[in-house]
Amino acid sequence: MAKLKIMTVCGFGLGSSMVLKMNLDGVLKDLGIQADVFTGDVGSAQSTPTDYIFTSKELGKELQQTAGKPVIIIHSFVDKAEIKEKVEAELQA
Amino acid sequence: MTNWIRREHVAISVKANNWQEAIQASGNLLLHTGAITEDYIFQMIQSVKENGPYIVIGPGIAMAHARPSEAVREDAISLAVLERSVSFGSEENDPVDLVFSFSAKGSDSHIKLIEQLSHVLLDDDKVTQLRQAESEEELYKII
Repeated sequence: MAKLKIMTVCGFGLGSSMVLKMNLDGVLKDLGIQADVFTGDVGSAQSTPTDYIFTSKELGKELQQTAGKPVIIIHSFVDKAEIKEKVEAELQA
Repeated sequence: MTNWIRREHVAISVKANNWQEAIQASGNLLLHTGAITEDYIFQMIQSVKENGPYIVIGPGIAMAHARPSEAVREDAISLAVLERSVSFGSEENDPVDLVFSFSAKGSDSHIKLIEQLSHVLLDDDKVTQLRQAESEEELYKII
């Protein structure tokens, strides 16, 4: 299977999305899932090829309408348990 | 772990009546050492107006920031622990009492800083200690 591509999204693609990327990287490693996780800003989320988007509720609501790919909403970017639960539910379904 | 946050960039018992004042106060810590200019604080507030309170990244925790620009002189992070928490309009994570501001000169240079920061934030015990610190010295040591 090809490596998954996962984009974490915030307003500028370098602050909160970077925190989410780091914690998501940790969770994926724990679960033994191989994926390239990269950050991006909300403006480029639609046009960037990726398998999944992870983002906040505020940004995710709109992206779910427009992105054309699964958008997974994370309430707390610093809660590994929540991230793990959602990865298991969405990526391993 | 060395100096990812400067002693001058942390403050406790910070007074703010709303989220704008909270970002202003946290941004002021960076402004006072010359890490950013006044413009950057404006941009951080503007970003929340445009994009919503997505900078509230965890329960009670905000990380204000804006795009790398000429308003940034130094990659830096500040932390203002508020005396009374304020609402950022975040359904999940309000009210907020830990307000980080973070400035980056380029898009890669700050990654180490964020790495250190997220390390602290993943540790619930540390986050509790941040809220309970009784002096800036103590706060700085926890971090």
